[in-house]
Amino acid sequence: MLILHCPYCGVMADETELHGGGEAHLTRHGPGSSDEDFHDYLFAKENPRGVHFERWRHVQGCGKWFHAARDTATLEVFGTYPAQTTEPPKAIRKAITAKRPGWTWRGFSDPAK
Amino acid sequence: MSTRLATGGRLLDKGRQVSFTFNGKRMTGCAGDTLASALLANDQVMMGRSFKYHRPRGVVASGAEEPNALVGLGTGARFEPNQRATTTELFEGLSAASQNHWPSLDYDIGAVNQAFARFLPAGFYYKMFMFPRVFWKHVYEPFIRQSAGLGKAPDAETRDADTYEHFHAYTDVLVIGGGIAGLQAALAAGRSGARVLVMEQTPHWGGRAPVDGGEVDGKPAEAFIDAAVAELEAMDNVTLRLRCMGAGVYDHGYVLGYERLSDHAPGADGPRHRLWRVRAGQVITATGAIERPLSFAGNDVPGVMLASALRDYVVNWGVSAGDRTVVVTNNDDAYRTALVLLDAGLNVPLILDARAGGGGALADEARARGIRVETGKGIAKVKGRARVTGVAICAQAGEGAVLEEVPCDAVAMSGGWSPVVHLWSHCGGKLNWDDALAMFRPDAGRAPTGHDGAPFVAACGAANGEFGLNAILKDANTAGQTAARATGHKPGRKGAPKASDAGDEAPLEQVWLMPQGANIKLRMKAWLDYQNDVKVSDVQLAAREGYESVEHTKRYTTLGMATDQGKLSNINGLAVLSNVLGQPIPQAGTTTFRPPYTPISMGAIAGEARGALFQPIRRTTVHDWHEAQNAYMEPVGHWRRPYCFPKAGESHEDAVQREVRATRDSLGLLDASTLGKLIVKGPDAGRFMDMMYTNMMSNLAVGKCRYGLMCSENGFLMDDGVVARLSDDTWLCHTTTGGAERVHAHMEEFLQTEWWDWQIFVANVTEQYAQFGVVGPNSRKVLEKLGGVDLSKEALAFMQWTEGTLAGIESRIFRISFSGELSYEVAVPASMGRAFWNKLLEAGKEFGVTPYGTEALHIMRAEKGFIMIGDETDGTVIPQDLGLNWAISKKKEDYIGKRAQARSYMTNPERWKLVGLETVDGSVLPDGAYAVGEGVNANGQRVVQGRVTSTYHSPTLERGIAMGLVLHGPDRMGEVLDFPRLDGSIVQAKIVDHVWFDKDGEKQNV
Repeated sequence: MLILHCPYCGVMADETELHGGGEAHLTRHGPGSSDEDFHDYLFAKENPRGVHFERWRHVQGCGKWFHAARDTATLEVFGTYPAQTTEPPKAIRKAITAKRPGWTWRGFSDPAK
Repeated sequence: MSTRLATGGRLLDKGRQVSFTFNGKRMTGCAGDTLASALLANDQVMMGRSFKYHRPRGVVASGAEEPNALVGLGTGARFEPNQRATTTELFEGLSAASQNHWPSLDYDIGAVNQAFARFLPAGFYYKMFMFPRVFWKHVYEPFIRQSAGLGKAPDAETRDADTYEHFHAYTDVLVIGGGIAGLQAALAAGRSGARVLVMEQTPHWGGRAPVDGGEVDGKPAEAFIDAAVAELEAMDNVTLRLRCMGAGVYDHGYVLGYERLSDHAPGADGPRHRLWRVRAGQVITATGAIERPLSFAGNDVPGVMLASALRDYVVNWGVSAGDRTVVVTNNDDAYRTALVLLDAGLNVPLILDARAGGGGALADEARARGIRVETGKGIAKVKGRARVTGVAICAQAGEGAVLEEVPCDAVAMSGGWSPVVHLWSHCGGKLNWDDALAMFRPDAGRAPTGHDGAPFVAACGAANGEFGLNAILKDANTAGQTAARATGHKPGRKGAPKASDAGDEAPLEQVWLMPQGANIKLRMKAWLDYQNDVKVSDVQLAAREGYESVEHTKRYTTLGMATDQGKLSNINGLAVLSNVLGQPIPQAGTTTFRPPYTPISMGAIAGEARGALFQPIRRTTVHDWHEAQNAYMEPVGHWRRPYCFPKAGESHEDAVQREVRATRDSLGLLDASTLGKLIVKGPDAGRFMDMMYTNMMSNLAVGKCRYGLMCSENGFLMDDGVVARLSDDTWLCHTTTGGAERVHAHMEEFLQTEWWDWQIFVANVTEQYAQFGVVGPNSRKVLEKLGGVDLSKEALAFMQWTEGTLAGIESRIFRISFSGELSYEVAVPASMGRAFWNKLLEAGKEFGVTPYGTEALHIMRAEKGFIMIGDETDGTVIPQDLGLNWAISKKKEDYIGKRAQARSYMTNPERWKLVGLETVDGSVLPDGAYAVGEGVNANGQRVVQGRVTSTYHSPTLERGIAMGLVLHGPDRMGEVLDFPRLDGSIVQAKIVDHVWFDKDGEKQNV
């Protein structure tokens, strides 16, 4: 059972307090978007083995959505950060590089590069 | 015969006799006995029959690994099957019954299966029950069901008489296992000030050390154990729990512990079991090791036991399994058993050491004390059926030619030791094969890792593959100190105490089959998995048939799949498989270890969550009134709502029909408090509402209401309800009952993760208001009678709301209708709900006021052609399917679901559309029935062209009415469709408009 740090209320929250919300940093495609873009927005997810960015909601706590960067294979958590952003903060990306040099995820990678 | 010895029994209080029954027979044991030791003391060696062949089986082990001695324990509401006699503490009045036999343990009809053993090979079920297919239902399934299952399920009518609880705990260091390794690790960690929790599954500290002997700091091991426990008990930062098993290790330091509080004292106050839900910084598994059986013919005959178990029974409980014991081994440890038996005054006629070179110092000691030791020899076959009567000896290197027969009544076997690596492995800890000791041991370099990527589990002592006392203590001390350091404590440098080391031991030799070249007759009697009746020959057959992966072999033969999860059999089975495949053991790998370590009770898993505490129930402010009226309640989400209010002697169907008629004729009342109420407020609330709903909400005038539809991003209809604009920047959204939380979360998700710069707050005020539907031609009159607010047609038109004081109670009155009648919904503060309800009942008397339930509500909305979320929708339906295009804005650029509804599949004219359905004979269509078409589809199934979504008997129309989704439905008015019933008969229904009642709204606009 995972334990994640809620960046809003600051607690280390048990997975039972949280609600998983799938992949983070999706770009919403609305009316006018191509069939392919909209399809990918709804259905095409990364599902990697390794570094991944996810959405979680502290549903049995402060109710806030946040993002977590973690390794889906080892379950190591590189960091969590508020959901009000379109890209992972530099500090998070650096923390991932320290543990998983050369990582990439969608368009994101080591901030030094 | 097995019997109680005059001496020995360190765990017994011989002064206290305890009486119990086994298969109805009265027996006596001592305080401190386990059921197994007490049965042995009563010469009851045979304790059950095997699962498949119903062979007589006796106890093999002395602890949690026991595969054979499973009993049904207790009676009635306290009956529990498959309890291990070895871990069941004896108590006064205990009642146990053996399993897998009929009619009795001694005479069993199922034992005839043995005669057919060669027709019941590995994979029997897969091979036998494939064909013919028609045999499945009436021949194979009854047969499998009758023979499947260990023990008996408790009577379905009984309710568990005991209580259970969950307990959450947080600790720096969790030590699982209270043997000398666990105690030393706890000391090392505890001395640093770290919070330490120690769990020991048995009722005693110290593990095997007191039985196996040795000295620590010049004193007997027992003295060290007592001192260690005393020191730990004195530490405030240390918690010690006996009878508490580490059941499973999970991600990020989560561990389940299973504490058996009153299994040894049934009926005692407090819970029977406690499930510890622990979050630990570091976990130390000091879980010891389990001795392996040897695979020789007849190794399952009652009286053949693990050498260590025989030793345990003599030292701990003062019972002998037999007067004359033959010891058979491939290592030095079993010699300890021979010496212990001699010390107890018992006879050891022979030690068979499979190693050509024989043993070390212990072997010399055995010889010196006059025991005959044969090296390079093994057992060809055990003599006896229900009891060992002797052994036939052969050369280990040969094929089983009998050299000599030796009478005996017990056999002590030892095939080496396997560390208990289960808890290490649960969360991903990897293992290395140690060829010298023939065991898998934890690889410290590949430990389970936690949320920070650092290891959080360490094994120590025998669980780590260390077997000498000195090595165990040193290993444990290091593990304790390392764990303390990892949790931010300073453990100091105190070393482990010095222990006596055993004299030089000769190395173990791997013996996976005895004799090495055993012929098929012997292999068919050489058991690997006692509980599931898997033999050496089964695994060999599986390998020959191509099941080369250990995971496949496991499932094909059921090796290791019984309730003991192969604690004794896995390594032996793996070795047999490897030998057939001609590959080294580590290449074959192990099967996956999964929690729990031994079975835990369903009660412990449920904890307090049963009966009234299973799930919180939401009650409206007039719930008590409903119950006092004998309302028939139904669950709607977590709410309980009245389905109908039957009068004395009235059926539910009749009550519903009466409620509808009374409402349409005069006045009905509905407790609508369960409808969700969400406030959306802020400068950007208007454009947010336009995104959330398919229709335009930003242009709704203050004081007005509008019916709205809410879709998911996939375009599917997820909720509906009436929206009221309360002020310039405030909207009130009504949701379906049980939908409030879901809709609230949906709004929050988009607010927080998509449009976080929009200034809006959403509040769920569902429980702040009680809300009542006042419905029917006399609804205005009754509200006017209450007085205080002008409710005339001019002052409050349809789809408007107003505020005021009705009957002296602050109210918000919505003039909306879900029935087609003149109708109001009145919201009052929750605290005034019951008071207002009473006033409505009082004032409504003269109009024959009739409270109605959800079913009458459903019928009236169906008569009016309104859809119901969950009936007409099921997560695959879009508003366009339901003819709700009028509620979808064409002006708005965007709303949640708009883009999805433009996808080709959503605009396909072949999508089934909503219509009304009227049976030709006036009967009620079966709910969920499908309309069949011509021919069959690609899967050979009858083509379908529609289905029923809602169906009722309408008292207003006095006939069955239904709504359904039908292919090209709206274009096929008047067509008659065939709906097969479950019994195969057909009911025909005509496609009609789905608005039956007052299509022009004349009744509601008065």
